[in-house]
Parts: sequence; structure tokens; C-alpha cells
Amino acid sequence: MATTTLSAPTARKTTIALKLLMAVTGAFFVLYVLLHMYGNLKVLAGQEAFDTYAHHLRTFGEPMLPYGGLLWIFRILLLGSLIGHAYAAFTLWSRAGSARKTKYAVLKTAASAQWMRWGGVAILLFVVWHLIHFTIVKPVINVDGPDAAAIKASPYTMVVASFQLWWMVLIYLLALAALGLHLAHGVFSAQQTLGFTQTPKARARAKGIGNLTAALVVVGFAIPPLSILFGLVK
Amino acid sequence: MTDLIHGVYTEGEKIADTKAPKVPVAGMWEKRKMDAALVNPANRRKLSVIIVGTGLAGGAAAATLGEAGYHVKSFCYQDSPRRAHSIAAQGGINAAKNYKEDGDSVYRLFYDTVKGGDYRSRETNVYRLAEVSANIIDQCVAQGVPFAREYGGLLDNRSFGGVQVSRTFYARGQTGQQLLIGAYQALERQVAAGTVEMFTRHEMLELIVEDGRARGIIARDLVTGEIQTHLADAVVLASGGYGNVFFLSTNAMGSNVTANWRAHRKGAYFGNPCYTQIHPTCIPVSGDHQSKLTLMSESLRNDGRIWVPKKREDCEKDPRTIPEADRDYYLERIYPAFGNLVPRDIASRQAKNMCDEGRGVGPMVGDFRRGVYLDFADAIKRLGQKAVEEKYGNLFDMYARITGENPYETPMRIYPAVHYTMGGLWVDYDLQSTIPGLFVTGEANFSDHGANRLGASALMQGLADGYFVLPNTIRDYLAKGPFPKVSEDAPAVVEARTAVEERTKRLLAIKGERSVDSFHKELGNIMWEYCGMERTEAGLLKAIDLIRGLRAEFWRNVKILGSADTLNQSLEKAGRVADFLELGELMCIDALHRAESCGGHFRAESQTEDGEALRHDDQFLYVAAWEFGDGESDPNQPGSTMGAPVLHKEDLVYEAIELKQRSYK
Amino acid sequence: MATSTKSDPKNMDLTLRIWRQDGPSDRGHLQTYEVSDISPDMSFLEMLDVLNEQLNAKGEEPIAFDSDCREGICGMCGLMISGHAHGPEKTTTCQLHMRSFKDGDTITVEPWRADAFPIIKDLVVDRSSFDRIIQAGGFISVNTGSAPEANAAPVPKQKADRAFQSAECIGCGACVAACPNASAMLFMGAKVTHLGELPQGQPERWARVVSMVSQHDHEGFGGCTNTGACSVACPKGIPQDVISTLNKDLRTAMRQGG
Repeated sequence: MATTTLSAPTARKTTIALKLLMAVTGAFFVLYVLLHMYGNLKVLAGQEAFDTYAHHLRTFGEPMLPYGGLLWIFRILLLGSLIGHAYAAFTLWSRAGSARKTKYAVLKTAASAQWMRWGGVAILLFVVWHLIHFTIVKPVINVDGPDAAAIKASPYTMVVASFQLWWMVLIYLLALAALGLHLAHGVFSAQQTLGFTQTPKARARAKGIGNLTAALVVVGFAIPPLSILFGLVK
Repeated sequence: MTDLIHGVYTEGEKIADTKAPKVPVAGMWEKRKMDAALVNPANRRKLSVIIVGTGLAGGAAAATLGEAGYHVKSFCYQDSPRRAHSIAAQGGINAAKNYKEDGDSVYRLFYDTVKGGDYRSRETNVYRLAEVSANIIDQCVAQGVPFAREYGGLLDNRSFGGVQVSRTFYARGQTGQQLLIGAYQALERQVAAGTVEMFTRHEMLELIVEDGRARGIIARDLVTGEIQTHLADAVVLASGGYGNVFFLSTNAMGSNVTANWRAHRKGAYFGNPCYTQIHPTCIPVSGDHQSKLTLMSESLRNDGRIWVPKKREDCEKDPRTIPEADRDYYLERIYPAFGNLVPRDIASRQAKNMCDEGRGVGPMVGDFRRGVYLDFADAIKRLGQKAVEEKYGNLFDMYARITGENPYETPMRIYPAVHYTMGGLWVDYDLQSTIPGLFVTGEANFSDHGANRLGASALMQGLADGYFVLPNTIRDYLAKGPFPKVSEDAPAVVEARTAVEERTKRLLAIKGERSVDSFHKELGNIMWEYCGMERTEAGLLKAIDLIRGLRAEFWRNVKILGSADTLNQSLEKAGRVADFLELGELMCIDALHRAESCGGHFRAESQTEDGEALRHDDQFLYVAAWEFGDGESDPNQPGSTMGAPVLHKEDLVYEAIELKQRSYK
Repeated sequence: MATSTKSDPKNMDLTLRIWRQDGPSDRGHLQTYEVSDISPDMSFLEMLDVLNEQLNAKGEEPIAFDSDCREGICGMCGLMISGHAHGPEKTTTCQLHMRSFKDGDTITVEPWRADAFPIIKDLVVDRSSFDRIIQAGGFISVNTGSAPEANAAPVPKQKADRAFQSAECIGCGACVAACPNASAMLFMGAKVTHLGELPQGQPERWARVVSMVSQHDHEGFGGCTNTGACSVACPKGIPQDVISTLNKDLRTAMRQGG
């Protein structure tokens, strides 16, 4: 039987390299999400604190950076990461599909890969909606609340008006659930991909970090909308 | 035709090994290597070697010859060379490294091996084996074989199977696996380098002998059914042992004698076919459905104590409730010096004796309880459960899985099973058979273990042959080549090919009533009953008759479905069983002619007053090399043309070691 | 189910749904068979032997399946049994015993499914892709005769133990069969860790990993999503952390420009 070994293999073209891309971009997302969460929690400190914080984000680094500069740097990095993360994910997804074209009639194994993929897609769809909602279009959704001008003037007003609606809170909570599951596995998986889990102890620790990150993010993000819904923040 | 002896065989000329240099054993191998002709590196590519089998002997040889630059074609019936049954050896590999400074040396390993083989092996070959043993360990460690180590990072040794020095290197209970993976990786490296062509799921079905030399094989691609011709300058058989003639053995399901038997039919003599090793520590049979027996490393005997109840009525009791005073630690009682570490044949036969006395334990199989206890209670008390687990954990797990019992709590049950065949194709010092250009290595040859093999010596022999011996000796043969090119339509090639095609067709055309397995089981029963642990003249004569009858029925009544041009496992098995049906007869004839007891061959007529094996050096100090006797084609069994075999004796000469009657008391 | 008279009350009657496929190009289908009076002490493969004897007697071609050593070490056997690679216990198919099932059970038996393991017939698959991964670098380059004295390079016990644990892989392919992505990372991780933990494996360490992973991808195995299904299915209990080592080694190789 003739062998078909490759002549010039390169590490960069392997599936593990794709996974590394996913791990690194994912890690950047986690960092971003934690910062974002911190900002959201400012809602609890009231309108002035929140709006000042939002404004500050845009003036951060001035005059070295133009107005909103840091935010744009972040946005570009995030977009890059998103492209990288999604590219790797979809490439691996399609590889996995063609690696087993005939499915099992009966299969009983962990399905978390499927959760990661469809969960990832759900999060992606949510992010599109989230950007339309709070960044790009900023539509008036709560018809009983403040008008378009007030929303555009104060991020706080916009946030509070949105989360007074139960179904809006529900959308965000569902998205959070997807994000939580994604992070619980993803944070562990990234550590595994980066090679930080070479002993059973390290693996247990990595799983712990994954679950902790997921819990932190879910709780941290759920507090503001729930506080608003239940009238603790007005 | 000369007169038949016992009505079943004739005797021919004596033979002798002419290749071992006439110097003292200590310098013999150096001299042989020095005398062997060299092959210019540039010419090696033009020389091709076929190697059948990818176990330790075949895999190591293929890798080494590939590294040297020869063109190697390697064959195995399994889906990957890594599956060869060497993988199942558990205990370890001997080497005269003397790392423990306990008095070991090349000479002592040589001496122990000859003595263990009950003075029926060829001194010269065994000395060489002991001599190269240390190199094997170096080679394997360099390949990354993860042998057990001490806390200081150096290699650990244990004492094993009836010897009093610690010279056995091991990798938990998976030494064979680790060594084979080492050889397999070396082999795959050569496949990648293009020096070795690998043919997996291919089975050799015929040897091509052209102009008096082995020049190739006919193989069947087991996936497509294609019958292929492969030609080369030399052929190496490293196809393992034939223990599966007993149906139930510790061999793999596919282990078979076909490659050897086809070569035997083409003129290679078969050496000492009756020397069979019965391994004492196997998991007992649980019922008729049993397809194979599972061995547990006899390293278990280092710490486990073997016993049966003193009283028959205790045999059904929970062993833990039987008080110490009512237990018979029979090996410790009979052999106080060696105790539970007596050689395999003694341990096996004594277990059988205990069961025959009605003191066996475990479920009734037939009329007997076939099992004795192997108890670790003392070891656990002495060393702690953790230490026992560390040493034997995987064996205990295996036992628990198969029997559903927990050996940390109740004693294990063990019973002997066919494990290894010391016999095999006759070879000279160069490992060349009586057909020039046909070399035989590892368990497939007869050369190193005499009438009984010591524990941890099979791995040693396989790797010694494969890495160090064959590559040096085959060189001397290949230096005479390349031999004239053989064309695919040379008469010898066509004849071999046609024979395979017709045999296949014939098997499929029988369309009888009985499955291949049913024949195999029946043959196994005959062999176990009459040619197993204890043999008698009357029994063997009866067995020969029974086998002949069974063989005739096989060729009349076997039922094989499916076709020859796809994967057809029944057809594969049928071909193997057909050859076992001939080999079985030869084994019985060999056992019949050797009217002495030696090593694993125990003739009830030849025993001491204590029931120990009694050799007759005056009559049987020789290797029985059997030549295939061509018979008349019998219309009743068209597939078999087996006639009376011809015995050729090779006298055994002991110069370095004094002959002694073995005693382990 | 056909009524049967059992020779022992512990024995079982079972319904089997078994994948039959004439050859690589046949579509294949699940076929239902009944077996009766199956002893709990039989191994799963002995139960299939019984079925095959029945089929042979009826004139139906026996089911093709691989097995060789039948003691859990050669890695030749491997069936997907009711959705579990090698069945419900942590062992090989040949060491799975019928006591793991109950009277009246329906058992679905399928081959390993992965495009890198094409089906040859019925339950037999071609795993030569594993051999080619080893060819790509799963070895230490040392010609016979050129080895230094075995005790020249001591190996710390911890590293020796981890190397050994990784070297226990039997190449059965259960990891691929169980993996949702049909990835062979556990198989590869085991080899890379085995050789990478030993001093002898260092010179080729980085080249080895790149070459093996490239071959793995080339063979059409999927990528790893770190679900751990492989490790759960592995009859030798090779832990997932060998994949972490594999990843780490690849990352190091990448840093070194591999």
C-alpha cells in the first residue's frame, strides 16, 4: 500500500492552529465581555454615573486618541476576532460534517460540540440584534417610555426603557443562557487548546475556571435588566 | 518405500547444522558475523526480501532490513502490523544486563535457557540469544519503549518464571505491547522512507520455490480476494506459533500455521512439532461458547500462592472460609526450593493432577472442576493493596472483567492453557530452513527453546532474531544475489498460484453441512485430550486415526458461504483449519515417536517414581526434523495429499553445558 | 421474540439490530436478528460467534467483524454497541461480557463511522489512516545497532509513568468513533505524549507533532472540540490531557516556525 504522507507539513495549516485561533480570539471576547459586564453594572449606580461612564469610554485616551478612538480600536479588534472565531468555527464545523457523512443510527455521547456550534450561532444572531438595539439604530421599543431623542441623549434612559419590557429581558436572559453554556465549555476548551491542562489537576482547574467565568458573566449581566424589570432601578 | 515405523512414519538421513563456526560458543557469533559476506550499500536496493508476519520477529526484521536499504515487502493478515500477537505477551523480556548485580551473566542466561528447555535445544543458537539480549534492551529504550523504572530513573528488573536472578525487564503487564509498538513504529518509519512496502490484510497461502530456492509467495488480499504473486530474492517467515491447533489457546483468533505449513509442504523440515507449552496461569474455561483462553502473566506467581483444598468436600466452599490448615499449597509442599516459581510445565501438570484428584475448584466443566486458587491475600497483607495494584493492577482488572469476580477479595482461579509452541520450521544457525533462501524467525522456528520455553524468553527471541540475528545472517545469503529474475509465468509460479486458486475453489464448492468452527473445535478436543499435557502411545495412535477421519470429513462436509472475491472470514478460517488438520497429525506422530518425557512433552510411559518427566538422553538427544511425506492423492479427501512423514534427526551436542536430569526439588 | 427454552435461568434472549453492508459501495442497512440462551459469561464477540454459527447453518452469510487477540490488547475489534463505542463498559468489545446486558434487550451494532475509516464489509472498517499518521512521525529515529546503553539516560519516574500511560493506546479507533467530529486527536495525543515525555523523543519532538497533525487532517479526521467523548470511550482510559500536550507541542512548534 503506497503511503500518502505529506511532503511539507506546516503547523499553521492544521486544525489545531484553527483551534488556537479560536482560543485566542475567544479569550479576547471573554476579556471584553467582562469589561462590558463591569460597565453594565454601573447602571446600579444611577443615571449620572452610567452616562458619565459611557461618555468616558469615548474620551478615554484623548488627546492621544480621537473621540471614541479607544472604542473603535476595540471594535476593530472585536470584529477581527469575530471573523477569526467564526471562520475557525465554521471551518471546523464543516470538517466535522465531512469527517462523518454517514451518521450513527444510535449514538450516546456528549453533545456539547453541537451546543457550542448552535449556541455560537445564537450568540452571533443576538449580537447583531444587540448592536442594532443599543449601538447602531437605537429604535424606540418601549412605546410607553421616553422618545427617540431622550434615548439617544442618555444611554441610561435607553437601557432602562428597554428592560422595563418583560419580553426584552427574556431575550437577553436567553442570550445569556447561550453565552453561559458557550463560556462554560469554551473557557475550558481554550485552556485545553492552549495546552494548559496537561495533568488531571490542571484539567479540573480549567473546568472550574470555565464554570466560574460562565457563572460570573451570567449573574453579572442578569443583574441590571432584572433590577430594572423589578423596579429596583428606575 | 521403506517400512513404516509405528505404521505412521519413516526415517531418513540425519541432518546437521553446518553454519555455526567450529569455535567455542563464546566467540561463535562474532566469528559468524565476521565470516558472513557483505552487501555493498548501493546494491541493497536491488535485493528484495519478503517477510511474512509483523510481530516482534517479523516487524523488527522488516524495520532493520529496511534501514539497511534492502527492498522489503512485509505481510500481515491483520489490518495493521501493530496487531500481531506478540502484543499480548504480558510479563517481560529477559536480558543479561546484570543491573541487579545478582550474579547474572550471558553464560547464566544461556545455561538457564538450555536447562529450562530440558536439554533439547541447540547450544549454539541459545548462546547467541543470550549474547544479544542486552542489545535488545538498549535498542528498545532508544525507540522509546517505556519500561518500568525505579525512582532514580533507572530501569527496573524482576525475577520471572523459574529463575533465581532478576533479569526481566517489563512494562507493567504490557511488555509485549510496548515492545511491539516499538518495532511497529520502526517499521512504519521505514514504510514512510519507502524501503518497506506494507501489505496488511494479506495472507500468504503458498511458497514459491524456483530452482531450489525460495523466491516468493502467493498471497490473498483478504479484502478483495485477489490472488497475488510476490517475488523476491529471499523469503522470511515470522508468522508465529501454531497453538491454535488446539482451538482453545491463548493465541489470537487468527494465529495460524498456514505460512509454515505451506513451506513445510514445499520442502522445509518441521522441527519438534510436538513441543507445546502449556501455560499454568490462565483464566479457566467458563463454558462451550469459549472462543479463546486468556492468559495472565505468570509474574503473578511471584507474589500469589497457589493452592487447592486438602479435602474434596471443601471444593465448593467460599475459599475465604477454608482455614489455613485445610489448604494444600501443593507447589510449595512438593518443590520447597522453587515453590510457586517452578517451570511452567511442572506448574501446569501439577494443577491438572490436583483437578484429576477431584480437588479442583470453580464451575464443573465436563466431569471436573478445572481450576486451582491463586491467592494474593498474603501479598496484600505483606505489601499492601496499593503495591499489589501497582504491580498487577491491569491483570487483576482483566480477571475481574472476564470472570465478574474481584481478585482483591476472593482468590483468583487459574488453569493451564496452550500458550506457546517451541516447535517450528527447522533452521540452521543462520535461521535458514532446509529450503535455501527461506529463513524462519521467532516462534515460527524451532531453534531456541528446546522442549520448554522459560518465561520472558519469547519476546527476547523474537527481537533477537529480528533486530540482530537475521539481518546479519540473511546478508550472507543475499550477497550471492540478486538471483536470476523469476518471471510471473515461470512454471513454479504458475503451479503455486494455480494450487491456491484451486484449493480456494474446492473449499467453496464442498457446500457441506458443518461449519469450519465445528471442525476446528473437534480437532482441538482431540489434540487437548491426546496430545495435550500428558500423552500416551495408545492415545496418540487413536488421535492420529481420529484426525484422519476428521480431515476426510472436512473435505467432504465443510460449509463455507459467500464468495472468494470479497472479505470472507469463513473462507480464511477454512484454509487455516485445513492446514491444522494436517499439522495435528504430524504433532501426534512426533509425540508418538518421542517415547520420553522432556520439558512440555510429557509421555506417561516415561516418568520418575515421583511422577516427574524422565528424559532418555541415550535415545532422544536430537531434534526431530520432519520432512513432508507426499501421499497419493486420495479421491475421498482431495484437498489433502498427506503421506507418511520422514524423520531426520539432528544430534544435539553439548559442549559448553553438562547434561543433567532436571530437578526443581 | 421467539420463545426459547433456556438452559440456565441466568441466560438471555436478545434482539440484535446489526449493520450489514456487502462492500464499500453498498448502501448498507440494519438487519434484525434474534439470539436465545445467551450465557452472561460469554463475551460480546462470542455471542456474535453463536449468531454466525446460526446464520451459517441457515445458509445466510455470517456477519463480518474484526477481532484477533480477544484479550483487549491488539486493538483489532471495535463495534458501536447501542451508541457506545465498545459498548457500555470501559473496555474493548472483545472484553465486554454479556452480563452487561439484560434478558430481552435490543442491541444495535454498528461499525465505527468516520470517513477516514471507510467500511470494508458489514462491521469491518479500514483503519490504515492510523498507520499513516504513525508513518508521518510517530516514532523515534534510531537505527538498529546505534542505540546507547539503556541506562545511560535516566527517566524521572513521573515522566516514565506518563509516557507509559500514554503508550497504552491500542489504536482501536474508539476515540474517533465516539468523537462528534470523528477526530483522532486522542490517538495522536497519546503518541505525541508517549514520545515527548521521554528524553529519547526530544530531538524530533516539534517536527513530529506538525507532521502527524498534518497527516491527521489530510486523512479527513475532524478537528477537536474538547468534548472528552474520546476519553470516555477509550478502553485504556487515556486521559484528555494528552490532547492538551499535543496542542502545546504544536503551539511550540509553530513558535519555532514549524
